[in-house]
Amino acid sequence: MDGDLKARNRTVGAALRHDSARKHTTGEAAYADDLPEPPGLLHAALVPSPVAHGRILDLDLSPALAVPGVVMALGPADIPGKNDISSSGRSVEPLFAEGLVEHWGQTLALVLAETRDAALLGARAVRPRIEALVPVLRIEEALERQQLLLPPMVMARGDAQAALAAAPRRLSGEFRCGGQEHFYLEGQIAIAIPGEDGEQTVISSTQHPTEVQHIVSRVLGCDYNRITVECRRMGGGFGGKESNASWIAAAAALGARATGRPVKLRLPRKADIAATGKRHPFLYRFDVGFDDTGRVLALDATLAADGGHTLDLSGGVIMRAVTHALNCYDVPDVRITGLVAKTNTVSNTAFRGFGGPQGALLMEEVLHRVAAATAQHVDAARERNFAGGPNGGETPYGQPLEGDLIRRVWAEAKADARIEQRRAEIAAFNAAHPYLRRGLGGFALAFGISFGLLHLNQAGALVHVYTDGSIRLNHGGTEMGQGLFIKVAQVVAEVFGVPIERVGITRTSTAEVPNTAPTAASTGSDLNGWAAHAAASAIRGRMAEVAAEQWNVPADEIRFEDGLVRHGNRAMEFGDLAELCWKKRVSLSATGFYRTPDLSWDPVAMKGRPFFYFSYGAAFAEVVVDTLTGEHRVLAADLVQDCGRSLNPAIDRGQIEGGFVQGLGWLTCEELWWDKEGRLRTLGPSTYKIPGSRDVPPALRVRLLDSAPARVETIFRSKAVGEPPLLLATAVWNALRDATGLAALDLPATPERVLMALRAKG
Amino acid sequence: MPQVNLTVNGRSHTVEVEGRTLLVELLREKLRLTGTHVGCDTSQCGACVVHIDGESVKSCTTLALQCEGASVTTIEGLAKPDGTLHIMQEAFREYHALQCGFCTPGMVMSAIDLVQKHPEGLTERQIREGLEGNLCRCTGYHNIVKAIAAAAEVMHGKRDTLRPAEVMAAG
Repeated sequence: MDGDLKARNRTVGAALRHDSARKHTTGEAAYADDLPEPPGLLHAALVPSPVAHGRILDLDLSPALAVPGVVMALGPADIPGKNDISSSGRSVEPLFAEGLVEHWGQTLALVLAETRDAALLGARAVRPRIEALVPVLRIEEALERQQLLLPPMVMARGDAQAALAAAPRRLSGEFRCGGQEHFYLEGQIAIAIPGEDGEQTVISSTQHPTEVQHIVSRVLGCDYNRITVECRRMGGGFGGKESNASWIAAAAALGARATGRPVKLRLPRKADIAATGKRHPFLYRFDVGFDDTGRVLALDATLAADGGHTLDLSGGVIMRAVTHALNCYDVPDVRITGLVAKTNTVSNTAFRGFGGPQGALLMEEVLHRVAAATAQHVDAARERNFAGGPNGGETPYGQPLEGDLIRRVWAEAKADARIEQRRAEIAAFNAAHPYLRRGLGGFALAFGISFGLLHLNQAGALVHVYTDGSIRLNHGGTEMGQGLFIKVAQVVAEVFGVPIERVGITRTSTAEVPNTAPTAASTGSDLNGWAAHAAASAIRGRMAEVAAEQWNVPADEIRFEDGLVRHGNRAMEFGDLAELCWKKRVSLSATGFYRTPDLSWDPVAMKGRPFFYFSYGAAFAEVVVDTLTGEHRVLAADLVQDCGRSLNPAIDRGQIEGGFVQGLGWLTCEELWWDKEGRLRTLGPSTYKIPGSRDVPPALRVRLLDSAPARVETIFRSKAVGEPPLLLATAVWNALRDATGLAALDLPATPERVLMALRAKG
Repeated sequence: MPQVNLTVNGRSHTVEVEGRTLLVELLREKLRLTGTHVGCDTSQCGACVVHIDGESVKSCTTLALQCEGASVTTIEGLAKPDGTLHIMQEAFREYHALQCGFCTPGMVMSAIDLVQKHPEGLTERQIREGLEGNLCRCTGYHNIVKAIAAAAEVMHGKRDTLRPAEVMAAG
């Protein structure tokens, strides 16, 4: 495989628009709810649990049936297959609660009606009788009761306890971060359309069509080949449609199976927030040993995630948190223990970064504490502890980091942000102002790219060339706005040397490319780009043979460029060669397959090479804090992000800007709030605050790291960009501490929390 | 069932609605104008913004019956019949001011109203403040603000064409 392909045709590397840019601005881009409704369509609504924890005594669905327009109501007894929606198929994660309810808003039943309003009214009419039990809502409480969803996950190197004992200085700490609601603008939706012989076509807003297929099949008790799942686009995903889309689709499919009619399930926003998983909140406890220079020598830390009531994807999330707990820093003797606590809250799930953002917070806290204890600036402590150079260059799990890139992104971000000058300006401002305080915070990142579950690192593509030279591209990746479809189309256009307009982009379908991985873990373009490259290259190879035979020249001298096929002075249109291939009975269709090479992982020893490569980044953010109210604003941010040799700088830049702002929301303004009964009371944008246009830094300066092609064979030496930039927002947390001088500041650092911390400090 | 008479994108319609039918339901379900989206149901996210008699309004909390005699413009009504985009649409497209696209129609409708209400010109700060009622979860708003600033220059007659987008020139 030629990983060092240079983009000859310059389609790859061009800042092309999003494939649907025009349609997005005209309203023509159709999301699932915009499609014409099939005749006979029924609408579905979920019956939610009114309590967070309890025994179901009686679930009488007849009040729903009394509502005009309601056609049917379905509970656990109506499931023909298994009442299990777990990704693994090995956990107990029911579609409809049976016996016990374990979180407020958990789905008990499904109501089907002629209109959506009737379905919602029908669902509301159901009054389940539940004997309430005491809910466990906090991580601490779950840990005390030893309520864990997984055995502890321990990553260790050396002897952390002995090194702590031997370290010249030592301190310990505890802090926490909150969860995060995805708030994709398009809520969860699926439309199930029954066909012949038990077949169903399921249109799903999903990042993982194959898992939708599997879980629909499991719930219905049918073969996978009965179910076709399609997704043209999502109105945002962010991890929230990785596993959660599957059970929404399974509920719709169950309704379609029971009634023989098409069923649409579109969750109202409140129901969506109540019933679907979120980012895992974390509790951290650590002991750190260090010397007077601020070099961290030993670290023993526990990262406890709130998994919610079931496992879902928490195993992967905690693995990524643990493997990212040292981020880009070296600690010689280390033990990181990952726990997943079981609470009576909605089951937490994938969210952009997948535990990585939570893991990377640990060293920020550690370095701040160590820097304070050794009377140095936190950035000096950072530089003292970067992996590589004079320090160790390997992660505790045994994979090398590129110390030179860590130092390079850090140095470039510092230079971009002009930090010496800014610090002087900030000091002058703070000295002059009675109560506003400015601060500057930095952050550096090494983020591992690949799925932690090794077998997910595979992708397929299906490419057809038609006899007019137009190309049809299909692959297993899904489009949620991130620009995957245009990036993969750029790869295909590059291979054939044709203008991008010749490549037709099509919806994702399990009927075209089967057995796919989710579009997640930032791997969409890495995996699907290579798979599409393989398919296109196979066809190009056959086409080259035909051209070579026609011109009586060697096939490897045939060039595909500018929409032409060339040898020396001879040329023909790409479409003419396609037509010639057909006449010569040469196939113009191919599948492509890719699996990420050189990965290994021992989950017991927690050693190996789980990541194909690392994505590096660094950031500085400047904030201003009103110390009388706790309110704060980000004034400016300078970001440097490693995208390798970017496939599309415009798309990548958009990911960096958007990821940073989403991280900013998680760390500063987005707060999930449960009452004592375990009811989530932040069910919409009026109570759950995501960043608005006034909350983002007016000066957001983004730079792609220049001249830094990936050092492994990624597609055209590009690097993934979906998740890493979200973590760059950690600089804002650090800036808030710089501005306020607070030694501890739990997350999210809302104005209330900042104010309370300032009051406590006195 | 009551009827409402209204003009949508220049065409007059008489539509039977329930008293509780929302304008967005009339547009999406009765007229099949599905470019107007429902994001939050509670009029904070702005994905449902349309113009009623030239003013931006959240159609998810407007009753259809309130629109008797009104002239409604939706995202589908902005481009010319020959497909030429409104300059605001063109700016969003050109500046990569969109990712998943779900908020885009509402953003564009709000942005046009905002620019029209400020014939004197708009600062980036005013744009950020004016967009408060439209949420975007993907872009971080950076390119949206730039796109609106660029379109405003054209709408205000300060330039004939859009200022070239830095983001697209980057490659």
